[in-house]
Amino acid sequence: MSEGMEKCSIVVFSGDMDKMIAAFIIATTAAAMGRETSMFFTFWGVKAIQKGNLTGESFLERMLGLMNRGGIDRIGPSRFNFGGIGRWMFKKMMKDKGVTSLAELREMAIDLGVKFLACDMSMDVMGISREDLIDEVADVVGAATYCSNALEGQALFI
Amino acid sequence: MSEFTPEKTLDAQGLKCPMPVVKTSKEIKGISVGGVLEVLATDPGSMADITAWTKSTGNELLKADRDEGVFKFYIRRVK
Repeated sequence: MSEGMEKCSIVVFSGDMDKMIAAFIIATTAAAMGRETSMFFTFWGVKAIQKGNLTGESFLERMLGLMNRGGIDRIGPSRFNFGGIGRWMFKKMMKDKGVTSLAELREMAIDLGVKFLACDMSMDVMGISREDLIDEVADVVGAATYCSNALEGQALFI
Repeated sequence: MSEFTPEKTLDAQGLKCPMPVVKTSKEIKGISVGGVLEVLATDPGSMADITAWTKSTGNELLKADRDEGVFKFYIRRVK
């Protein structure tokens, strides 16, 4: 990493495809510029780093895990999803235009050394365990880790 | 013919943001310090983006050309 270069720390709160694409585009670009980049996945954003299996122990956790199932390929747009049709439509339109998909962007981010951090509190509330997350997640942390990273550069909330 | 002899050419034609920049950042690592990387791109944003990338990373943009919708960049690896 270049010296004197600001860190780029992104909170990924949204579980929507469009917002996540923006988050991953900024993360991969910042990393390509040699900036130490991290993404802190919290609340709905945790979906992007889940393996995609069903989650939860208690009845409510399992209900949530069923209705809000994680996994990068299940993520739909914030508008015009219509029960998955919108997701298919956006994927197709992006592919036709040669735009990189969300799953590919995540691969690219991993490749470029973007650090994935998962929010311990969100995971606890929703009944998601470390085993439900992809192996590339560097750590399960709290807000203080994010705030500390954010102090050393640019902070974004998406 | 170009006045720079590139060590390598990266064909990023057809790729959209952020891929031309991301691929450039990867390819430059394979170029020797002082060597030149040629990048071909068709993404209209790449002119501004590759320029911004070289500025941030400290590499030198020797030349940026447009030839019938294809952008050609010559980047010297500085460090």
